[in-house]
Amino acid sequence: MANSLDPAATADDVKRINALLPVKAKILRITQETPDVKLFSISTLDEQLPFPVSPGQLVMLSVFGMGEAIFAASAGENCLEVAVKRVGILTEALHEAKAGQTMGIRGPYGNGFSLDIFQGRNLLFIAGGIGLAPVRSLIKHVLNHRKDFGHLQLIGGFRSPKDLVFKRELTEIWPVSEDFDVAITVDKAEEDWRGHVGYVPDLVKKLKPQLDETACILCGPPVMLKNTFNVLEELAFSPENIYTTLEMRMKCGIGQCGRCNIGSCYVCLDGPVFSLAQLRALPDEY
Amino acid sequence: MIYQIRKDDFLSWLKKQREGKKVLVPTRKEEGYLFLPWVGDELDLREYTNTLKPVKDVFFPQWETLIRYRVEKEKSGEIVEETSRTEPLILFGVRPCDAKSIKLLDNVFDGEKYKDPYYCQRRKNTLIISLGCRELGPTCFCQNIGINPLSSEGSDILLVEFEDRYLAQSGSDTGLEILEQAPFTPAESKEQKIFDELNGNPARLNEAEFRSLALNNMPDFNDSVWEKLYQKCLNCGICTYLCPTCHCFDISEMTLDSEGKRVRSWDSCMYSSFTLHGSGHNPRPTGKERIRQRIMHKFNYFPQNYGVIACVGCGRCVAECPVNFDVREALKLLGVWKDDLQL
Repeated sequence: MANSLDPAATADDVKRINALLPVKAKILRITQETPDVKLFSISTLDEQLPFPVSPGQLVMLSVFGMGEAIFAASAGENCLEVAVKRVGILTEALHEAKAGQTMGIRGPYGNGFSLDIFQGRNLLFIAGGIGLAPVRSLIKHVLNHRKDFGHLQLIGGFRSPKDLVFKRELTEIWPVSEDFDVAITVDKAEEDWRGHVGYVPDLVKKLKPQLDETACILCGPPVMLKNTFNVLEELAFSPENIYTTLEMRMKCGIGQCGRCNIGSCYVCLDGPVFSLAQLRALPDEY
Repeated sequence: MIYQIRKDDFLSWLKKQREGKKVLVPTRKEEGYLFLPWVGDELDLREYTNTLKPVKDVFFPQWETLIRYRVEKEKSGEIVEETSRTEPLILFGVRPCDAKSIKLLDNVFDGEKYKDPYYCQRRKNTLIISLGCRELGPTCFCQNIGINPLSSEGSDILLVEFEDRYLAQSGSDTGLEILEQAPFTPAESKEQKIFDELNGNPARLNEAEFRSLALNNMPDFNDSVWEKLYQKCLNCGICTYLCPTCHCFDISEMTLDSEGKRVRSWDSCMYSSFTLHGSGHNPRPTGKERIRQRIMHKFNYFPQNYGVIACVGCGRCVAECPVNFDVREALKLLGVWKDDLQL
């Protein structure tokens, strides 16, 4: 049977395939990012990329016997990278897993970021906690095509210094990358913390990021999103220039199971990336 | 073109179909009528208005296995895709509202981009013979939302009882092929006229009219009317399980020792866990958001996405609600029910 791994699959084959059938995959590597976040590198059994994903797209991961859940994925060389915070049954099972363990993966789902729209512009990234994961997939793309983009700025917020995900990139790699400003804030500081303290929207207000030719990409918990939208609009960012990627509970990923909709839009099909202008046209139910 | 067949002849024909095909008929049980395999005995349809469970159950079962697998510690064995039952099936006695509901579900499970192989397989293997409604049940409201109780839409063959005969109309090419052969015969002009007369007052409002009412008159998402609407709802979800067009589902795991399966089961937007995020955040935290979602999905979002209202007026939700929540009253309160219609 054709599946998403088969490069010879025609459009008709794709229509015929069982979208709910996972591909068998294995955990290539596990990196402990924070006390409750691990980064999983997932490949096929013969250590190939399971399928291509573009920044912002989603994948459905499953641990057999435990269940499935949807995650933002980022394409690595021969694997997909998925950051998982331990919050429930499936994520607990993932955190218990060891490198080499077999699992299921299907996707990719949704539309990623429209990279064309960002071409040639300055980019302001704003991320809260594990919301940095989908933003990072875009940042990786931008750094790989650096000359296609203007000035970069990242504002990241985390609960505490211990909760910095992708810490090496955040503190060592990105700050020394060409024309890339990185500011990090934590809700609660510890003794040796020398960065900002406070919530993301407040730091955005304080830093007053430049607007000219700038697109803003943000991801984080709904409360952070909504408050940051307001701050950005106060700073005169237009809703057309603000993009976010939403996460909802999902079971199918293909617009059938009925739980990720915001009005008539399905986050799995029509999202997960939306501009604020698009979101404003939808009911406030996310 | 209308065909006809004597009831006796039809039953003999249907009996013969049991060679090689499974025939499901409305069967009277203590709790109501259910579609059950027919052993060829006499059909008791005297008090049949509709089945308790909607016919979607045949194509999109309440519970089904999607895949099977073996789990071994820190490894996992094979994943086997469960192939759906391919046994040819005849459904007799489907009401036109339920037949229409299957057409609606085709939009979701036999869509342009994604086709559900389990559903599509069953659709391909099933012949739907519907039985038109000469009388409506106490909670039926198909006609109020533009659905004809004598419509062949969604059926392969529509039968309408008339004296000792059934008048028959095809709803598909497969149905037509059957009707063109014995024991079915083309109806005389007299029967043709009778069929037309029965069909004379099909719907009090056409579907497009109701749809535009639902799309244009639906109150704002933040209107205070939604506060009123949900108060008595218990969020039990029975309306969603018994709804012929509700198609939300859950996917979960069942594992015993090393044998496991991934199953799909009906789920309900009436439950708070339905949309609960891993973080604890819930976009639809109370009954208010959930009732609003259910009504908006059927009467506003679905028509926006597929051009058709996702309600067929079968009235099961009205009949079975433990607190008498009546969707007709709700629509009236929302201003999308035609004023001159009395409940």
